[in-house]
Amino acid sequence: MAEPIEILNPTAMDFAIRRIAHEIAERNPRSSDLVLLGIPTGGIFFAQRLGHVLAGICGHPVPVGSLDVTMHRDDLDQRATPDVHPMDIPVDLNGKVVVLADDVIFSGRTARAALDALNDLGRPRRIQLATLIDRGHRELPITADFVGKNVPTAANERIDVHWKEAAGTDQVALLKP
Amino acid sequence: MNWNRKHLLDIESLSAAEIMKVLETARSFKQVGERAIKKVPALRGKTVINLFIEPSTRTRISFELAAVRLTADVINFSTDSSSLKKGETLKDTARNLEALSADIIIIRHSAAGAPHFLARFLDAHVVNAGDGAHEHPTQALLDTFTILEKKGRIAGLNVTILGDILYSRVARSNIWALTKLGAKVTLCGPATLVPRVFEDMGCRVTHKVDEAIENADIINLLRIQHERQRKTMFPGIGEYTALWGLTKQRLEKTKPDVLIMHPGPINRGVEIDSQIADGARSVVLDQVTNGLAVRMAVLFLINGGVDAQGAAPSVPDPRLGKN
Repeated sequence: MAEPIEILNPTAMDFAIRRIAHEIAERNPRSSDLVLLGIPTGGIFFAQRLGHVLAGICGHPVPVGSLDVTMHRDDLDQRATPDVHPMDIPVDLNGKVVVLADDVIFSGRTARAALDALNDLGRPRRIQLATLIDRGHRELPITADFVGKNVPTAANERIDVHWKEAAGTDQVALLKP
Repeated sequence: MNWNRKHLLDIESLSAAEIMKVLETARSFKQVGERAIKKVPALRGKTVINLFIEPSTRTRISFELAAVRLTADVINFSTDSSSLKKGETLKDTARNLEALSADIIIIRHSAAGAPHFLARFLDAHVVNAGDGAHEHPTQALLDTFTILEKKGRIAGLNVTILGDILYSRVARSNIWALTKLGAKVTLCGPATLVPRVFEDMGCRVTHKVDEAIENADIINLLRIQHERQRKTMFPGIGEYTALWGLTKQRLEKTKPDVLIMHPGPINRGVEIDSQIADGARSVVLDQVTNGLAVRMAVLFLINGGVDAQGAAPSVPDPRLGKN
């Protein structure tokens, strides 16, 4: 594998997250209804960061949780058994505006599984999708509402998102095969 | 770590990491059982067959419910209404079930090794739900899950298994699981049912009940298996209760935070005092609830597992990952 190409450095990543948080606040004037749910594992850090910025914008804490989609995936038979992560649903989702946070959107199948998983947990008034990187190659009619950066990629390339909380540093990198 | 096993046949061949993988996965499945909608589509379109050649209610119902909650279709097969009564061999029965495209066969059999035998020629996944006096792997997994949930750890804990060890598959599976995870296991009961040979499995063997339970963090009581025993193993039920039963007097001499476990069915007043079975230290019903989560985890994991004999996992498509 060739050297990773930096797509976002820590400052650019921080700006992107702040911008998305402002867009979420702008789109949802009733901020008391907002709930952020991160999709494990990277999406959890993304949701927590968004929640932190949004709390400042809205002037009150915004509930942040995690939504595991593994049991709802449509490719369970085609891959090694994936890790199942515990869920953390901080509030009753009925009538709320749920913003799903995932670090990368690719095929759209994770987002579809997330919609199914949410279905079993309640009936939010509205569901929106925030993603740090949109790398294209959608296989389903799904679009993110909030995107940090669009990155055109080839299908065999890889996007690695590193989070300070797990990797010690913030960075988004593109890896060519 | 990744789970790579196609079957769950015993605990003996599992590594500590594999046992922990099941327990961690079960934590997520326990959450599913606490929701309003207690069902996930992970095994949608799969057929699970409960092949119970030996009677069982709780294990069969637990497996059945686990499969249903994973959205599989479940067929229950019981000996009474089957061709086994007409002389069909186990191999033929299993092959017939597979010809009906069973994906997972859960087997309970009175002969040790029956699940291993099926796994040798079936393409379906095989889960051992108890084979003779050999192993009962999901019981050991749900017991360790319950201990971990209540105590927060397994390593270093003193676990006493009290009762009929010799004829108990629950004891054997528990011994393997607990010693692999670093617990200190003590076995106690009548010498005829707790022979010294179990020391070879890394356990302490004693025939003095007060000594066995004094420092225990967990007391796991095993049922006297009337169906497997000859009458000569101990003189009588009354004497068993007097010498080995967990009575209120005996419980007073144990640690205040000791957990009392029992795989069921309980013989009230024989191996355990009825009030203790319903008391604050008893986690008997937690074991039943956790059994469901553990069995969901097992079915989920083996469904995605392929072992050395199975086909290799298909070439990973980069799109199948999260990105």
